[in-house]
Amino acid sequence: MSRMTTYERLPQDDPERQKLREAAIRPMVQKPGRGYKLLVGVLGILVILALVAFYLQIVDGRSVDAYSNEAFWGLFIANFITIVGASYGGAVVSAVLRLVGATWRAPLVRIAEATAVATVIVGGAAIIPSVGVPGRMWEFIARPNFSSPLIWDALAIGTYAFASIVFFFLPVIPDLAVAKETMGDRAGKTRTTIWRWLSCRWNGSGRQEKLLGRMMTILAIMIIPLAVSVHSVLGWAFANTSFRPWWSEELWAPLFVIAALYSGIANVILSLAALRHAYHLEDYITERHFKSLGLLMLPFGAAYLYMEVADFLPGSYHGEPGTAAVFKQLFVGSYAPWFWLFIVMGIVVPILIVSMRRTRKIGWIVLAAGFVVPTFWLNRFLMVAVPATYDMINGSFGTYAWTWENIAITLGSVAAVPLILLLIFRVVPILSVTEMENMEMESLAQEAEALMHAGNGNGNGYVQREKALEGTYRPGATDEFEEEDDFARGEEEE
Amino acid sequence: MNEDELSKMNGSPPDEPEPDLLASLVPAKVADSLDGDEVAAEDQPAFSRRQFLTSLAVMGAAVGLGSQLVKTPAASAATTTTATQPAQATSRTRATLPQWTMIMDLRYCNGCNDCTTACQYTHVLPKDITWIKVYEMSNPDGQSYYLPRLCQMCEDPPCQAVCPVGATFRNDEGIVLIDQNVCIGCRTCMAACPYESRYFNTEPMPTVPKQPFPPSPEWPVPQQMNTVGKCVLCAADLSKGMLPSCAQACGMGVIYLGDLTSDVAVNSQGNAVKLSQFVKENDAVHLKEELGTNPRVWYIPGHGQDWKDSY
Repeated sequence: MSRMTTYERLPQDDPERQKLREAAIRPMVQKPGRGYKLLVGVLGILVILALVAFYLQIVDGRSVDAYSNEAFWGLFIANFITIVGASYGGAVVSAVLRLVGATWRAPLVRIAEATAVATVIVGGAAIIPSVGVPGRMWEFIARPNFSSPLIWDALAIGTYAFASIVFFFLPVIPDLAVAKETMGDRAGKTRTTIWRWLSCRWNGSGRQEKLLGRMMTILAIMIIPLAVSVHSVLGWAFANTSFRPWWSEELWAPLFVIAALYSGIANVILSLAALRHAYHLEDYITERHFKSLGLLMLPFGAAYLYMEVADFLPGSYHGEPGTAAVFKQLFVGSYAPWFWLFIVMGIVVPILIVSMRRTRKIGWIVLAAGFVVPTFWLNRFLMVAVPATYDMINGSFGTYAWTWENIAITLGSVAAVPLILLLIFRVVPILSVTEMENMEMESLAQEAEALMHAGNGNGNGYVQREKALEGTYRPGATDEFEEEDDFARGEEEE
Repeated sequence: MNEDELSKMNGSPPDEPEPDLLASLVPAKVADSLDGDEVAAEDQPAFSRRQFLTSLAVMGAAVGLGSQLVKTPAASAATTTTATQPAQATSRTRATLPQWTMIMDLRYCNGCNDCTTACQYTHVLPKDITWIKVYEMSNPDGQSYYLPRLCQMCEDPPCQAVCPVGATFRNDEGIVLIDQNVCIGCRTCMAACPYESRYFNTEPMPTVPKQPFPPSPEWPVPQQMNTVGKCVLCAADLSKGMLPSCAQACGMGVIYLGDLTSDVAVNSQGNAVKLSQFVKENDAVHLKEELGTNPRVWYIPGHGQDWKDSY
């Protein structure tokens, strides 16, 4: 039996399993409706507009996207931090749930990890429009200055992006076999070719399964410190670099990490909700998942609020000129409406929504996540732009203007994330079928184990466990006695 | 074998020490009191024609690596004088290189912005790029004074440390420069600079009249779009014995160019002072000394005190 794959061990004609597999490949076989085409069209246009704007700013200078010597960093840095931060949620949620062995994770890990991959790719690209001469970015490799935080930034994000892509890709491999089996002739030629490339000679032997499991554990352990380091280094790109008020805070690295976790989980909730609705995954991604993720958001939201207070209170209290000027600008100055909008809609309201049982419903939790993601972008923008516009000589503030180019690039980078997600699920099953089946096996086995130890009064718990492992056991089945006899007889014959 | 024996063997007397670039501007009385490192001065040979030609050739070859231009005299001097002790010789000759500084005598600054205009004219900069910018500052008492701010030429420049590709460097004469052929325009240095003295070239530069040399870190004209630029202390002019354009333009004599090696400072009004003494007597300060960047620009605080006495 050990030579059989999990997939083979399970009954092939079970309607439940067929249904699961059909659901997992639905994005590939579902005929694109009008809504789908419209969505892809709009997203595509946004991305193309962003590319046009990107070209314009290279040709005409960075003034087309509102950069001036008063405001040298701004929107694009905020986009970069926000989008890379959003990727944190997917990777870490999946890794943590894997490590603690939460079986309910199975249906959502694929979407969470795919979100992590899509956002880390787009996030990494989102820094490019901020660089003055993108054509010279190869110098990061050719002549790095290792005393610069930016080099470590690039290294950390590169490593993390690679790790999160591998982390997403490894559990996909066995699922490709499932998808191939299920799709049959419906898989086109292109897709079959891609699968052949991606499947890395997977034959589902016990050894391969064991290796895969071990690698997933190692990666899950690795990806957590990696993700922490990425966002810490992002924080240090400000805190180490600059003498500017508010940027040069010791708290910035943990602030970035917590913000990334919080908004990243919100991002996972949003993409889960959207894909669940679009591909009718209601049977697999249930209210329970949303509740758990919502509750997971709660401590991070609270922690962020606490750290905001810890960040702002000492600076405001002793009123050092620069810090005081920046904080005044935030609290009562020209950025005050945005700042308080962030505090209320980004932290307080979402915390209230998930903490009250009455509002802990799918719709409400998605609403809360919908508040968190854009307001955290706003927060990052404030964090970047307000100290950047501060003049360290005379303490005045410069202005930050908006142009269509920088809005186009921002919208384009946001639009690229769902576009990549849709593309990924044209090739990869949207549910991690193998893992879900493994989880089911595991829970059956656990149940059977419990039965074996406790006994169900018949003294045949061991038999039930064996059957469970064969996939033939159904809790509540009444024919234990006969089955046991059959089994005993079989043993004797051998 | 010491220096004299070496020169006897070569059959030529030791060369005369190189006249300091600033020395010609300094009255004899002041110059006498400026006894620098004598040993170093004797070892310094004249800048021979051959070396000059060599450096010209290097200059031609090293477009974009303009730091070579400054390094060449020192390097070639080291090879010619002491073949026996090259390491020591390098350090000795480097010690004789000028170490440029500036002194801003705020007592005289009337905020006329002539320095800004001259700088923008010299380096062909657009209006909003002010490598030297005159801030009007106010005291808590409600009085105001003018503060011309240019690159502080820090000895520990934070901008150099944070540049991811090492485009910012500090040359042997203590001038912090940017290689705009390397700069990727990430503007991290602008975040790092506590003096706001760096400027990002956000727009296409104005048309530049034909320049005698291609752009180099010492003479970054025209500026490259989408890279960062800043005050270069007119590094290319200093070697010609000229004051930086802002100092030349300052009719009030606020801006002194100083050299730590010869301990002299001069302004456009022909006023030459002994740097260390001048700085000490007038209680000169650095901007934001507490940050530990060790800036090389001094500011003599005040506004209008000596206005009528001097000029």
